[in-house]
Amino acid sequence: MMAFSTVYVQRALPKKEDLAPGHRACLGCGEALAVRQACKAFLEDTIIVNATGCIEIFSSPIPFTSWRVPWIHVLFENTAAVASGVESAFKVRMRKGKCAKRKVNVVAMAGDGGTNDIGLQALSGAFERRHKLTYLCFDNEAYMNTGIQRSSATPYGASTTTSPAGKLSIGQRTWKKDMPKIAVAHDIPYVATACPSYPIDLVTKVRKGMAANGPAYIHILSPCPTGWGFPSDLTVQVGRLAVETGIFPLYEVENGEYKIDPDLPKLRPIKDYLMVQRRFRHLSPEEVERIQEEVSERYLRLRQECRK
Amino acid sequence: MKRVGMEVSHAVAEAVRLANVDLIAAYPITPQTHIVERLSEAVANGEIDAEFICVESEHSAMSVCLGASASGARTYTATSAQGLELMHEVLYVTSGMRLPVSMTVANRALSAPLNILCDHSDLMATRDTGWIQMFAENGQEAFDLTLCSFRIAEEAMLPIMMHMDGFTLTHVVEPILLMEEGEVGDLIPEFKSPMSLDPDNPLTLGGYALASEYTEVKVSQEKAVREAKRVVKDTWRRFGEISGRFYNPVECYEMEDARIGLALQGSFAETASIAVDKMRKDGKKVGLVRPRLWRPFPFEELRQATKDLDALVVLDRSLSVGSHPPLGSEIRSALYGQPKRPQVVSFVGGLGGRDITPEGFERMIEDSLKIAEAGPGEEFLIFGVKE
Repeated sequence: MMAFSTVYVQRALPKKEDLAPGHRACLGCGEALAVRQACKAFLEDTIIVNATGCIEIFSSPIPFTSWRVPWIHVLFENTAAVASGVESAFKVRMRKGKCAKRKVNVVAMAGDGGTNDIGLQALSGAFERRHKLTYLCFDNEAYMNTGIQRSSATPYGASTTTSPAGKLSIGQRTWKKDMPKIAVAHDIPYVATACPSYPIDLVTKVRKGMAANGPAYIHILSPCPTGWGFPSDLTVQVGRLAVETGIFPLYEVENGEYKIDPDLPKLRPIKDYLMVQRRFRHLSPEEVERIQEEVSERYLRLRQECRK
Repeated sequence: MKRVGMEVSHAVAEAVRLANVDLIAAYPITPQTHIVERLSEAVANGEIDAEFICVESEHSAMSVCLGASASGARTYTATSAQGLELMHEVLYVTSGMRLPVSMTVANRALSAPLNILCDHSDLMATRDTGWIQMFAENGQEAFDLTLCSFRIAEEAMLPIMMHMDGFTLTHVVEPILLMEEGEVGDLIPEFKSPMSLDPDNPLTLGGYALASEYTEVKVSQEKAVREAKRVVKDTWRRFGEISGRFYNPVECYEMEDARIGLALQGSFAETASIAVDKMRKDGKKVGLVRPRLWRPFPFEELRQATKDLDALVVLDRSLSVGSHPPLGSEIRSALYGQPKRPQVVSFVGGLGGRDITPEGFERMIEDSLKIAEAGPGEEFLIFGVKE
């Protein structure tokens, strides 16, 4: 399966790399891989608005840059607002004849902290105002850039530096905030989940998002060898396990209609995903079972949503 | 030019319209509201071709303006008090990235306790943000300075704040000489950003700097803000040539032979001038010094204006709790190295909308004389505290 994908990617996607090689991401970074793939979706002129976080840090140390497209970083929590400004500026300047008329895609990029937590208000505002922008959340399930602190996207049971497993703690005590569902609640035309272990799927979804008539939100699970604790050559495999165990299903919501793909009638046991990662290794069989129940239940609900 | 009776907030909106802005992003807060209400009305009626973005917070208002400015658009916003504080983080980035956003601050007290009336504690918290800052004292100045702000910002590639007192100015109707389209001439040329997000010329904006680069970036910003005084003066000169109204970094009133000066900012200056007139009639040599330009600080002009004084009374409308108030402390510091300098007596007053009458200013000056004679006592005094 993996070998097949590699060959297919080479043939199906443009060779152009908007994120130049030589950046400073960790070895095996799932986020850098996902960004690289997302850039393959940029068929028209694209401008990136990037939140503070790993991507910004590994790609923009003055006086260097890894970006071959216009790129701006401002702060942590205001990415959706800055992107709103960029989008509106092009709209009005074109209308007033101050710049050439053309399609300019505005892509906002942020991590899970910058999206689920500190950036949620600005994102909600941008969705509500219907700005034509594609928002990509690269979810590595904690504040990796500052040293693996928990976020509201950190899964139940994961040990992080601020939700450490200990005598009285199993690690993260809350279940992952369902950010795609929050996006869906804004009635935006396109919401999807993706993972760089499925490159064609990811690129197709980003393209769909850019073509949508309004805001689009794509939530991309980005396995992080450093923060999750797995060997750096297993990034793609860990992403696949997340999908195959059902803890991170790949689905789209186009104009409110759910579609899941792959639609797995039988899920791999969650243990297969958890036990390759250091952050879950402390979990007792009972806790693993508890997670299994929750994952199965959520997956079932999603499949039901898709059949509506 | 036509003379009209107009609410000052609407006059500010009219200046923004005349400047043909591309984008306005704002979040409502008293007493800024009338400015942005009037602007959204102008957009709704097609009187101005601009995007009006109703954001979900002031943090986003400034962020939207920042993003639009980085995309080559002329942008404007207005706020007050808590709104300005919520923007605080973004203010530094806007100036650090050298983006010429123009903003009106309808000055208001900061919570707690909640108070919607005028003082200067909101703006004083933004002293170090790297924005060009100036004060309007009346409606005409608010209109004129707003219009000029766009040229200053875009020429200096720095953001600019125009301060006007909440309610005292924003909510009053004043006679105002309005300029019209044909009269603005080339005062406000089209904004052509030297560094914007452009697919034909992909730039990376807002990268991060380590210790090896950060100092140099900040030094260039400091230099730009200091040099912006030249741009400010040049713009005001050009504006004066068109309108007949000339502005200066430090405005002086009855200062030629004055022995005692009163320094203050904002709309209190007009009230204080009544006190000065009265005291002059009584043969007392008093005058007013108003630092109109707050950032960059007008060191030379202030030293020049105060060099022959025996005493300088400084009134702040803001506390710097636990230390000297802002204007008093900055004036003291600017005069400290001068071979001949007046005694500085520092007052704080007019907090949270409390009025000071002409008689009050008279009393303040009289009290100051006694304090100046008695020598160093209190670090500063708070005027008009109820017993």
